[in-house]
Amino acid sequence: MSTAIGERALDRLPVSRYKWPGTALLWLALLMVPLWVPWAGGYVELAGRALVLGLAAMGLNFLLGFTGVMSFGHAAYFGLGAYGAGLMLKYVTGSTLLALFTGTLLGGLAGTILGALIVRRRGVYFAMVTIAYGQIFFYIAYRWNSLTGGDDGLRGFARQPLGVGSWVINIQNNATLFYYFLLAVFAIATGAMAFRLCSPFGRTLIAILENERRARYLGLPVERHIWLAFSVSCFVCATAGALYALLNNFADPMTLHYSLSGEIVIMAVMGGMRTFWGPLLGAAVFVVLQDYISSITVNWMSFIGLLFVLVVLFFPRGLLGILGQRGAP
Amino acid sequence: MLQLLLFNVTNGLIIGAFYVLMALGLSIILNLSNVINFAHGNFLALGGYLAYVLSPYLGFWGALVMSPLITGIVGFVVERLMIRRVYGRDPVYSLLLTFGLAFILQDACRYVWGTQGLPLTVPAELAQPLSSTLFFITGYRVFMIAIVMLTIIGLFCFLRYTRAGVRIRAGILDLETVAALGVNVGLLRSFNFAVGIFLAGLAGVLAGGQIGLNPNMGDSLLMPTFIAIIVGGVGSLTGTLVGGLIIGVAAALTTMFYPTAADAVIYAIMAIVLLLRPRGLMGEEGMLT
Repeated sequence: MSTAIGERALDRLPVSRYKWPGTALLWLALLMVPLWVPWAGGYVELAGRALVLGLAAMGLNFLLGFTGVMSFGHAAYFGLGAYGAGLMLKYVTGSTLLALFTGTLLGGLAGTILGALIVRRRGVYFAMVTIAYGQIFFYIAYRWNSLTGGDDGLRGFARQPLGVGSWVINIQNNATLFYYFLLAVFAIATGAMAFRLCSPFGRTLIAILENERRARYLGLPVERHIWLAFSVSCFVCATAGALYALLNNFADPMTLHYSLSGEIVIMAVMGGMRTFWGPLLGAAVFVVLQDYISSITVNWMSFIGLLFVLVVLFFPRGLLGILGQRGAP
Repeated sequence: MLQLLLFNVTNGLIIGAFYVLMALGLSIILNLSNVINFAHGNFLALGGYLAYVLSPYLGFWGALVMSPLITGIVGFVVERLMIRRVYGRDPVYSLLLTFGLAFILQDACRYVWGTQGLPLTVPAELAQPLSSTLFFITGYRVFMIAIVMLTIIGLFCFLRYTRAGVRIRAGILDLETVAALGVNVGLLRSFNFAVGIFLAGLAGVLAGGQIGLNPNMGDSLLMPTFIAIIVGGVGSLTGTLVGGLIIGVAAALTTMFYPTAADAVIYAIMAIVLLLRPRGLMGEEGMLT
C-alpha cells in the first residue's frame, strides 16, 4: 500500500516510464507552432505570449505544486525580469542575450534574498507576506519616473538580432524566428527544472509536500529546501519576465502588480498544479480566452473573474489533473 | 510648521482609521475562516455605491445605516454560495476564489455606475470646517473618526460580551472543539464573514463622503490593509488596530517630508517588523503562521 502512495506522489515528476509519449507529442506540437497556430485561427505572437506566461506559471508551480508553499507575489520577480532586460537594452547594451541574463539575475536574486526572510511562514500568511513584498517593486517602478517611465511603462528599447560575427539570426522583425528563440530559452529553463526535480532534491521537495512534519523528523532541512525551491521558481519567473519584455519591446508596471500574480496562480491551478506540464496548458487556455474575450466585450474582467470562480469551485484539480486521475480519489 | 505637522497627523489618523476599519473586517474573516478576502476593497466600493443609490431616499444618515447592512447581507450570501465550499481545501483555492470575486465585483460596479467618479454628498452641517485657523478639521472628519471609534468599541464589546462574539473568539482558537460543543460552525463563519463585510461597507460609505466614489476606490486601500494586519500580527485584533494606526500616521508624515516615499515607507516598516518580530507586533505563537 505504501508503495502505491509513494508511486502516486512520484507521478508528479516530469520523467517516468509512461510519460515520454505525451512529452514527445508536446514538444512536437511546440516545435510546429508556426505551422498549425495560424491555421487554427491564432497568430505566432499569441503563441509566444502563452509560452512565456506558461514558463512563468511552471516556475511558480515548481514551488506551489512540488512543495505546497503558495506565493502570490511572483509577478514581482516576473516584472523585475522584464524591467531588468528592458533597462539593460535601453541604457547599456545592444545584446539581447545579455539583457535576458540581466533580467533573470535581477529578478532571481531579489527573490532569493526576500525568500530567505519569509520561508518560515506557511499558508495564507506566506501568501500575504509575498504579496506585500512583491508590491514594493510595483511602487518603485511606479514612482521612479525618470528611470522606469512610471505609469506609462518602460519604452524605447527593442530586442536586437542575435549574432556572432557575421552569423546573424534576425529575431528582431521575424516573428517565427523569435518564437524559436523563446522556445529555446523555454526548453533550457524547463529542462533545468525537470533535471532539478528528478534529482534527490526534487524528491525531497515532494517529501515535504506530502508530509512536512515527517520530513522534518527525518532531519531534512525543510526551510533550506523551500528557500531553494522559492529561489529556483523566482529565477524561472524572472527569465519569463525578461522574455516577456523582449516579446513586447515594452515593460509595463502592471507586470509587477499582484493581479498578475493571481493570474499566474490561476494558470497553474487551471492546468493542474500537481503536474509538471499542467501550468503550460493552463497558460495557453488563459491567454487564448483572454485574447478572445477582450476582443468581444469591454467587460472581460468579469469573465476572467468568473473563470477563477468556476475553476476553483468545479475544476480544482485542473485540466491535466483530471486526465491524470486514473481512478485515484 | 506646527500647523503643517498637525495637518498631516490628522490626515494620517483619518487614513489610518480607514485602514483600521478595513483591516479589522479582513482580520476577523482571516482569523476564523483562514481566508484572505481579496474582494474586501470591492465590497468597500459596493458599500459606497449603495449609499449613493440610497441617500436620495433615506438621506445620508439612513444610507449610513442601511448601506453597510445590505453590503453585509450580500457578503453573507456570497459566503453561503461560494466561500463556504473552499473551507478545508488547500488555501490557494480560497485566495483564487476571492481574487475572481474581486474582478467580478469591480467590473460590475464599473458596468452599473460607470468609470467616472461619483460624489457622495454629506449633510451641510458636517461639511464645514470647525475652526478658521485649523481649516482642515471639518465636521465630517471629526464625525468620521467618531464613527470609526464607536464601531471599534462596538466590535470589541460584541466579541467580548455577546454569545456569538464569544463563540467567534473561541472558534479562532479551536474551531473543532467549538463544533463539538454543538455550535453550528458553518453559520457562525457565515455570520462572521457578514460582520467583516459590514465593516467594509461602512468604510465605503465614510470614504465615499471624503474622497468620492469610483470602482477602484478599494484597491489602493487593500495593500496598506494587508500590511496593517502583518505589522500588527495575524490573529490579533488589537494588533490590527495598532498596525493600522501606525501605518496611517507613518504614511502621512512621510507625505509631509518626502511624498514619493509615502508608499515605500509602509513596506519598510513591515520589513523591519518582520525582521525583528516575525509574527508581527502582537501576533501569537501558533496562530496561522
